[in-house]
Amino acid sequence: MKWFTTYNNGSAIDLRQIPSLSYAEFFEAVRERLSNPACHVAHYFGVPVEETRLRVWCMILNDEEHTIEVASYDVDYYDEELPSLTKEFAAMHPFERDMTERWGIRYDGMPWDKPLRAPSRSARRAGTVDEYPFYKMESASLHEVNVGPIHAGIIEPGAFRFICNGEEVLHLEISLGYQHRGAERQIETSKNLLRQVLLAEGIAGDSAVTHTTALVRTIEKLASFDSSKAGNLDVERAVALELERMAMHIADTGALCMDVGYQLGQVACEALRTMTINTTQLWCGNRFGKGLIRPFGTNFPLTDELRATILKNVEEIRRRYNEVRHDIKTTPSLLSRMEQCGIVNAQQMQRIGGVGQAARASGVARDLRVSHPWGVFTDRIAHQSIIKEQGDVMARLMMRCREVLQAADTITSLLTDLDCSVGSPAPQWEVKLPPYQLSTALVEGWRGECCHVAITDGEGRVACYRVKDPSMHNWLALAIAVRSEGISDFPICNKSFNLSYCGHDL
Amino acid sequence: MLFNKLKVFKSHGSQYIPDLKAVELPAIFRGRPELSECDAQTAEELVSMCPTGAITAAPFTLDMGRCLFCGECVRRAPQAVRFTNDYRIGATRREDLVVTTSTRSIPFTREAVRKEIPAMFAHALKLRQVSAGGDASVEMELNATGNVNFDFGRYGVEFVASPRHADGVVVTGPVSRNMAEALQVCYDAVPDPKVLIVAGSEAVSGGLYAESTEVDRSFYESHTPDLWLPGAPTHPMIFIEAVMNLIGRDRREDHTQK
Repeated sequence: MKWFTTYNNGSAIDLRQIPSLSYAEFFEAVRERLSNPACHVAHYFGVPVEETRLRVWCMILNDEEHTIEVASYDVDYYDEELPSLTKEFAAMHPFERDMTERWGIRYDGMPWDKPLRAPSRSARRAGTVDEYPFYKMESASLHEVNVGPIHAGIIEPGAFRFICNGEEVLHLEISLGYQHRGAERQIETSKNLLRQVLLAEGIAGDSAVTHTTALVRTIEKLASFDSSKAGNLDVERAVALELERMAMHIADTGALCMDVGYQLGQVACEALRTMTINTTQLWCGNRFGKGLIRPFGTNFPLTDELRATILKNVEEIRRRYNEVRHDIKTTPSLLSRMEQCGIVNAQQMQRIGGVGQAARASGVARDLRVSHPWGVFTDRIAHQSIIKEQGDVMARLMMRCREVLQAADTITSLLTDLDCSVGSPAPQWEVKLPPYQLSTALVEGWRGECCHVAITDGEGRVACYRVKDPSMHNWLALAIAVRSEGISDFPICNKSFNLSYCGHDL
Repeated sequence: MLFNKLKVFKSHGSQYIPDLKAVELPAIFRGRPELSECDAQTAEELVSMCPTGAITAAPFTLDMGRCLFCGECVRRAPQAVRFTNDYRIGATRREDLVVTTSTRSIPFTREAVRKEIPAMFAHALKLRQVSAGGDASVEMELNATGNVNFDFGRYGVEFVASPRHADGVVVTGPVSRNMAEALQVCYDAVPDPKVLIVAGSEAVSGGLYAESTEVDRSFYESHTPDLWLPGAPTHPMIFIEAVMNLIGRDRREDHTQK
């Protein structure tokens, strides 16, 4: 059966247009699609329709066709014989766990059927977040190392359980949910668009621009608003996103330098990150770009003065950061720590449905700016993804280095000839949305693919809101990366991914 | 190889802020708000638009402990609200965060500071940070207090890994239900006397999550913070200035009476 096909820069979808399949049809259709390496699942979630009935929505992206395919099936709490997709496609794992946890739907033969976020209303009714059923190996020569939920640094919480043979990590399992604060539910139950926007800003503070862009684009698509005709709005959003990418990649470069004891690289990057986020602050008054992304417009249209400042700072950051990059590449002691360490190969990355810079460092060319473009990436910028094959810590670091330079180029090219007198409209907060629509927006943040979905009810209210942070896919990649590494290499493996806890836990 | 390092070193130059007590943030930074008298209808409009319920109409007040500094109230009623770049907004009493139409600086109420804090921690204060549902932005700003620019370590204030090595706890986030117990365990593990600081408006009041069923703020029923730091996120200077006042290394009055 044909799925409904749409595009990232397309419009919202009338729910009646989305095919409703039986689970058996759905299972076969997903299987067929995911067997194509150009396809991966972007979102898969259930929404209650009646007492014990759910409608489950699935979105699959095809990178070659640039399409988003959408289908649904209905399922009842008491339904049986729902074979698990996870068995064949590890990428489905977090989504099926989420379905089981939220709604009690059981998938037959699902491996590692474990809690995902341990929310208060978990359908599992089993235990607290601290009672996560970690995998165990019994042997007198093995030991376990437990880390967390509070870590040794100013960082978010999550529980990590290592099984080690001496120094060597045999297995790492990551239990999350400590940051769960009900973000999606707060967005769904709010009638105040400003409140929804601010909630998006706080889904993952290090990706405030990414998540807020995804939310406002989801709402704008529902309202049939074309941001490409709204003055410089698309350019401003792209510049904000690329500034965020620069800031975080530079921060992670510094963090990796710190963890291998390379202080010069660390402090140079700290200073460059400060310069980047202070540039964002000069634009919108907030170092993380909170306040910058608003629905249907902006409170901070670019001025000529600002444009010149951003161009000047970006050029300076680019020059200095490039020196750091050269330095890292020519220091053998750094290379020996980071090369051949924490490898995730292309096949593994493909299987788990990895996205973003981590996937690209493992040779999986997944980049929404190319595969599912929107805004400036549809016409003004012919983006070419940077791809590396090695899949080790060094590859992920060099990926960051190259993407910082590339982001600087993108900003420069967008701003150099920008006519700021065109301006951008002011935001709108009172907006009537059409009933029974599904709207989705995909945004390639610095961490990777961010996917937001809104479904409206009969009165045009956002009755269901679902968020997917790229971390949802990529946490498993970290667990794979540390296998057979020394446990002392965990910090650099972890920093090389720098995944989000709050974005995952919601 | 050495040549590349010298290049980095030369470009890096000198980055630290020489005088942390004299920092001025850019005018566009949204710090302490100032309110002006306005008609009841405008005030009511602001009350209904504010997503965290930070504004009250009669009397017209703005609670920075709830405020996310989004600045949308200024767009709606520029005659009634404006944000200044004043970052001296940390307070020792929760009620000091409430701004009225006559507020032109946030008081640092020294009477509320326990005597042992400046006596014991004036020259070294080691803190353990706990993120409990925070969005990582306040966490990154706290990290930044120790970076090459701010270098708060020069005053002996640093973040440490173990609560056993710490003199206090800094909490960020609204306290997610799943972190409530870990926060309590961590706090209990810090030896007495200890300092409790809450950083970020979400930590101060719960922010957007104040009503969420996934949040558990019972920790604050038995523990009263020594320092309340608003912000979304809390800028490093908000933290640095307030902590310096707390340990007696700076006096806010010297800066605000000018």
